[in-house]
Amino acid sequence: MIDWGSIFSNAAVELISPTTAAYALAALGLAVHFGYTGLLNFGQAGFMAIGAYGYAISVLTFGFPVWGAVLVGIGASIVFALILGIPTLRLRADYLAIVTIAAAEIVRLLFTTNTFVAVTGSANGLSEYKGGFRALNPLSFEGKAGFGPWMFSANDWWNIIVGWSVVILAVLFTWLLMRSPWGRVIKGIREDEDAVRALGKNVYSYKMQSLIIGGVFGTLAGMIFIMPRAVIPSAYATSLTFFIWAILLLGGAATILGPVLGSIVFWVLLSFFSGFIARAVEAGWFPISEVQAGQLRFILVGVAIMLLVIFRPQGLLGNKKEMSFVK
Amino acid sequence: MAEAGSTGTDSEEYEYFFLGNVQYEDEPLEGVEITVEGGGFKASAETDADGKWRIGVPEKASYKVTLDEDTLPKGVIVAEDEENPRTAEFGLTNTKSVNFFLGEGTRQTVSFFDQLLNRLANGVNFGLLLALAAIGLSLIYGTTGLSNFAHSEMITFGALMLLTFSSDLGFPVWIAIIIALLLSLGLGWSLDGVIWKPLRRRGVGVIQLMIVSIGLSLAMRYTYQFFYGGATRQLPGASPADLQLGPISLSWIDLVSMGVSVVVLLGVAFLLMRTRIGKATRAVADNASLAATSGIDVDRVIRIVWVLGAGLAGLSGILWAYYRPGVSWDMGFQILLLVFAAVTLGGLGTAFGALIGSLIVGIFVELSTLWLPSDMKFVSALVVLILVLLFRPQGILGRRERIG
Repeated sequence: MIDWGSIFSNAAVELISPTTAAYALAALGLAVHFGYTGLLNFGQAGFMAIGAYGYAISVLTFGFPVWGAVLVGIGASIVFALILGIPTLRLRADYLAIVTIAAAEIVRLLFTTNTFVAVTGSANGLSEYKGGFRALNPLSFEGKAGFGPWMFSANDWWNIIVGWSVVILAVLFTWLLMRSPWGRVIKGIREDEDAVRALGKNVYSYKMQSLIIGGVFGTLAGMIFIMPRAVIPSAYATSLTFFIWAILLLGGAATILGPVLGSIVFWVLLSFFSGFIARAVEAGWFPISEVQAGQLRFILVGVAIMLLVIFRPQGLLGNKKEMSFVK
Repeated sequence: MAEAGSTGTDSEEYEYFFLGNVQYEDEPLEGVEITVEGGGFKASAETDADGKWRIGVPEKASYKVTLDEDTLPKGVIVAEDEENPRTAEFGLTNTKSVNFFLGEGTRQTVSFFDQLLNRLANGVNFGLLLALAAIGLSLIYGTTGLSNFAHSEMITFGALMLLTFSSDLGFPVWIAIIIALLLSLGLGWSLDGVIWKPLRRRGVGVIQLMIVSIGLSLAMRYTYQFFYGGATRQLPGASPADLQLGPISLSWIDLVSMGVSVVVLLGVAFLLMRTRIGKATRAVADNASLAATSGIDVDRVIRIVWVLGAGLAGLSGILWAYYRPGVSWDMGFQILLLVFAAVTLGGLGTAFGALIGSLIVGIFVELSTLWLPSDMKFVSALVVLILVLLFRPQGILGRRERIG
């Protein structure tokens, strides 16, 4: 018999999990890139990897405090955005797509190679960097606390509180940014680059600023992402970027709350779906193995990306007019 | 909660380990480099102060284990009757110990120039098989404007079909290759018929099409894994002994692979330059509306380009399966970025640029292993891609108006 209670409560956990927050923040960065500026960034996983490793290496190798490690990650991601942007932002959109996806792979391979194993931990990754972050935790209770399905330890609650606070701040920041004159220029670039250039704006510089802001969001997301787990290089493969794209397209690319809603819907549905399939396989409803059940979700995400782009390019919250630049 | 939300990619904390002990006359040797290679995976480790080493691998399969004699102390070599490199396979347990007996002697060194020639020959072979995939990608881009990220799955498809028909269904290899190529052509035909043509009819933009191809790539890749599993499997007769041609050692499969690539590439060149359909293809790539007004059936040309592109990708996948060696569900995805790098390097949308770009990428990847650790060899090609875009964004043979 299928244990529906545990499937539903696992799905409910995803509603507020720090992982959902991390994906929401990364997708918000992508919304700044793609939804508002029209930049095709397929290297968001690279920005997240830089956040994760920037933080972990600063703490482990250099013994930085939490704020120093965060600043190192942000600084590294600004440098990364400049390296990506300088050769490609003058070129047509799909060049940026190819370069960003290649750069994200370079970053992942550099973190995976045995050459720098002393610093990066190679394929095994890094752990034991959480002490400083946990020391800041004002909550202190033994065991678990909460209600309903949301029973977590003090450290888990701290991850959730910090993760979602950063998301809320980023949402407010993006909202203010997009209704400022700067945001109007960015949206103008998305609609018609030449028209904005004719108004005397430096399109290249605006695009670069947008790439940096969205990239920093991705970097912060990478830091939230590693708080409940270890840093493992294979987590930053291109499929991570594709998951974030799926979330963005699901929620609505040119919206502020779309990425957040998209991430919540995505993870709750995915958890529900994986839980259901796994239990159904255990109960013998489908003649497939449990490993195959795990792969079904990737197939589902791929098909969902295709259908969304074709039939509802504006996503759950978006306005179709805002997406007329995608052509 | 901790792992519930991870992306689901395989954990790299491997379950399977090769381990061993390097000793010479009962003294442990420190800093000896051991490399494990197989199925597209490669890792190396150095022995610690006790002479011990341990390397985790993703699959319980057979791997080639090499002890780097250059890292042994002077006057010590791997004993002459010991195989090095040797093939090691797991038994019932998840660990397998591989020990090399060392002896006294001077090693046969391969001179730098000979290594260079060897790498160069391998690079040309690799570049030619990349070119097969790259030309298809470039033609599709040229005629439809689509950067087809699902091209990697068309590469994998050829190899998987060959595996199915040769290993699983027991056909002779040459018949299985023909079947795999025909099915690849069919894949191109049906992808265009089921997905791309209806989308062109709807007037879906190229950026949307590109995102669709990314979704398709993800869905197809994991469908392969769903049916074929995550392991790397070997084709019958793969990795035969090397032949010595002067300083260069290649297997007969490598030679056949290069020959087939060259013949097929010449055939494609003839098709593009001399036949009516080739001229029509170039006309569509140049300006689709103008081609349509002069009576060319654009949809038919695009269909032929898809069929041809998928067939070339399938052949490239078969050759890649022999080059790696091994067939796995994500083998095409492993070289997708190199194919893109080759196409961009040569100039997006130009068929001959793709050929030149592929040769450069292939040779560069192989030559870089002379200086860089081999797990970074793809990095160098991708760095070159970014540098080229910085200085000559239209690529080697591209025209400036395409980059706008």
